Amino acid sequence: MGELKLMKGNEALAEAAIRAGADAYFGYPITPQSEVIEYLMAEKPHERTGMVVLQAESEIAAINMVYGAAGAGKKVMTSSSSPGISLKQEGISYIAGAELPCLYVNVVRGGPGLGTIQPSQADYFQSTKGGGHGDYRQIVLAPASVQEMSDFVKEGFDLAFKYRIPVLILSDGVIGQMMEKVELFDPIPRWTDEEAIANSPWATTGKKNGTERRIITSLDLDSHKMEEHNIKLQEKYKEITKNEVRYELIDCDDAEYIFVAYGSSARIAQKAVQLARAKGIKAGLFRLITLFPFPTVKMREMCGKGIKGFLAVEMSAGQMVEDVMLAVRGCAKVEHFGRYGGIVHTPEEVLAALEQKIIGG
Amino acid sequence: MTEEIIIAGFGGQGVLSMGKILAYSGIMQDQEVSWMPSYGPEMRGGTANVIVIVSDERISSPILTTFDTAIILNQQSMDKFEKSVRPGGVLLYDPNGITRHPQRKDIKIYQIEGARLAAEMGNAKIFNMVVFGAFLKIKPVVKLENVIKGLKKSLPERYHKLIPLNEDAINMGMKNVVAL
Repeated sequence: MGELKLMKGNEALAEAAIRAGADAYFGYPITPQSEVIEYLMAEKPHERTGMVVLQAESEIAAINMVYGAAGAGKKVMTSSSSPGISLKQEGISYIAGAELPCLYVNVVRGGPGLGTIQPSQADYFQSTKGGGHGDYRQIVLAPASVQEMSDFVKEGFDLAFKYRIPVLILSDGVIGQMMEKVELFDPIPRWTDEEAIANSPWATTGKKNGTERRIITSLDLDSHKMEEHNIKLQEKYKEITKNEVRYELIDCDDAEYIFVAYGSSARIAQKAVQLARAKGIKAGLFRLITLFPFPTVKMREMCGKGIKGFLAVEMSAGQMVEDVMLAVRGCAKVEHFGRYGGIVHTPEEVLAALEQKIIGG
Repeated sequence: MTEEIIIAGFGGQGVLSMGKILAYSGIMQDQEVSWMPSYGPEMRGGTANVIVIVSDERISSPILTTFDTAIILNQQSMDKFEKSVRPGGVLLYDPNGITRHPQRKDIKIYQIEGARLAAEMGNAKIFNMVVFGAFLKIKPVVKLENVIKGLKKSLPERYHKLIPLNEDAINMGMKNVVAL
């Protein structure tokens, strides 16, 4: 068993970055995720593993540092919260276009604009439908516990390098700020230069005699080549959709009503399942772990098995609910419930919404 | 066993750290725990609260609106959270600075003179541990030995010399809690 600690989600994530053998973290503080850079600065990872931690002059600088380090085959990450993530979108689109691996984290707060520092899940569209320009996708992991804030760092880096793609950990103010028991994984040594060169044969690690020049760019003025590049990207996204869907079903076996939720809303909906069952309502929870790829096939399959309705529970005005509708395609009732703008809904409100919008509606 | 608690008071009273010690103690006896603080403007305005859940099972929502126990350390928190205690639940408070005392008849109400006792012990900072002791007397959800283990694990070594003082404060709270 690994080391047990009581940590905030943000702290567990930062510790996991060091343990995952990250080479660098570039960031800029913003509530509610400032503990990430605070923890990293206090831990002095350059002394523990040689990892670089740098507070950049802005979020835009940070993501471009990520772009550069990723191009050199380094395990690199950044984190921010909603307004800061919006600033990073240009860089993310470039990283996706140039097919580079990186990990970034959004501890979501209420928007739009500077919004509020309280928790929210209103960045779902930005995260799953391309926050930057162009036909790109990224893998989106949605932790619902402090444990997953740690575990998904390791998993996120693995996926990023497996597919040469940006991986987003989409958290929120609740998961970032709360403390829970976390079992830390054993540290993985950072790659040596030789290992990094061997692991990333595409990276710009210095041209040697007899090797081809490597160019990392998202630009090609020949549209035919750019279309080919796009087709290749789409094939990669299909491959990811086939292989990497992750979800958790809680009390769904005999369920007639399903809450669909991720992150902190999944925790709240799980309590609503308990409250519903105590009243004799057969409710279950479909917890999304990957938001892209979305578990469309599984949701569609469940639909034919006696499910009378799905309630999408998210701290937004209704974003994820669209993907639920696309999955279910009219074979069962789908409604949305969520508080937003920084208000966290309660389990009682979630249950009441199920009773009013799905059962009674 | 699941115990859902809110601890609420002024920033600086040790509300968050009391919750943290409770959570750490739960870990020491292999329980699941969650600790969810108020953060941001609420905290910066002077009041602080934290929801702590200690359970034998996986914890669902870390955010709740009703509680088994409320530990209340100032008037604003009394006004806000007296109604959040579930019927049959526990409200523990320090009467120091409270002008509107709790009125409910369907819950168990306890007082601990935490501020006074801590001052008498010569260290106002152990106020939160006196209150914590009172809570443990009413609801022994974690064993004292696990609290001490939790303190050892969560405090940097240079503060370990303060653990006996904290233990005394807990005992002081256990002895002096009054059922109303």
